[in-house]
Amino acid sequence: MGLLSKKDSKLILDPLADNNPITIQVLGICSALAITAELEAAIVMSISVLFVLGLGNVVISLIRNIIPSKIRIIVQLTVVAALVIIVDLVLKAFAYELSKTLSVFVGLIITNCIIMGRFEAFALGNGPWRSFLDGIGNSLGYGVILIIVGFFRELLGSGTLLGIEVLGDPIAKTGLYAMGYENNGFMLLSPMALIVVGIIIWVQRSRNKALIEDH
Amino acid sequence: MEYLELFFKSIFIDNMVFATFLGMCSYLAVSKKVSTAVGLGAAVIFVLLVTVPLNWLLDQYLLQEGALAWLGEEYAQYDLSFLSFIMFIATIATMVQLVEIIVEKFSPSLYNSLGIFLPLIAVNCAILGGSLFMQSREIPTLGLATVYGLGSGIGWFLAILAIAAIREKIRYSNVPPALRGLGITFIITGLMAIGFMSFGGMLTGGDEEVTEEPKAVMIDQKDEVKDEDKKDIADNTIKVVE
Repeated sequence: MGLLSKKDSKLILDPLADNNPITIQVLGICSALAITAELEAAIVMSISVLFVLGLGNVVISLIRNIIPSKIRIIVQLTVVAALVIIVDLVLKAFAYELSKTLSVFVGLIITNCIIMGRFEAFALGNGPWRSFLDGIGNSLGYGVILIIVGFFRELLGSGTLLGIEVLGDPIAKTGLYAMGYENNGFMLLSPMALIVVGIIIWVQRSRNKALIEDH
Repeated sequence: MEYLELFFKSIFIDNMVFATFLGMCSYLAVSKKVSTAVGLGAAVIFVLLVTVPLNWLLDQYLLQEGALAWLGEEYAQYDLSFLSFIMFIATIATMVQLVEIIVEKFSPSLYNSLGIFLPLIAVNCAILGGSLFMQSREIPTLGLATVYGLGSGIGWFLAILAIAAIREKIRYSNVPPALRGLGITFIITGLMAIGFMSFGGMLTGGDEEVTEEPKAVMIDQKDEVKDEDKKDIADNTIKVVE
């Protein structure tokens, strides 16, 4: 990457795999799981978090020397809440149906632990440009997991991707359904999101033994 | 009756952790030991019990469309509901600080056991989620909002207590190395959530004629549910692990 120094590109690439916010740091699971039954919702959620975390990190980093450390949590919450209100209003204006599906989970980006975690751990001690990259990296890491989970849940649960029937028509029995394939409605229920994430963690840690915890 | 219904509904059917995945971060991070889990759970119950009714009042008299009518005719047209995120989170953050100060002053022993968890709670999704669900489900009265806060808190408490107990035991099982720690916790939580889904029939099951009966059963179940559930789930996990 010519644009970024080696150190800077590490900021973006690390959270994608070996320091993933969801599977390794265990942050931001709260809102991650409930909205992954459809791929579209997962993608929109990832973009919202990308916006909030990228901008929020910059804002916090710019004012990091003015914030009194005792009330920093309230200051951080206010910054996030303002950004999330923007996201919420934009969604309501341009994608009303989707904002109904996401319901309270857009609001819950405020308390998404990734955001507070990155503010505390990174933006309070680094300049705006590096904080921005860190924000982008971490929200991409979050988005990747969300999209993987959303992909499998929508594909196996309702046989569609982004609403397009990729496996054939279940009622007219075309495509895979002609061979006796059935949708696994269980994948659409909320508990399966947890199990899918559990399996992702399993795969990731089997490939990279250094990540294995000893109980 | 309607209070009782909402109470049990918010504990079991709409359980914060298992139905909506709220507060998962602290649920996973603080569930390694039962004693700390109890401390955090108690703090969550307490904060939810205070903030949900408080945010209900805010919503009703400040934020909703036409909520400012009590100020006078000309204010009735304002709709401030877009401010609700920022108002709710500010209320929660200040309440948590306030609760921390009050508890420290009047009950140092409670403060010592809750102390480190209280600041964590301001950013616990379960707390904000409680207020946001209260708003989106349009809970009609202050009393019901209080009951909803209490019920959700207890539901969260039960969940973290159960997972902490299971995690203490699972240390002795032979889990595949790559699943140890986080992975197996996710899968157990998923299985527990499937178990909790069976409560879904609890309130819709009975018809009008038998309203008395299911109610009594529900109260009896309350104590047993936790142990029973834990046992069932523990059995399941062992099977899966094997």
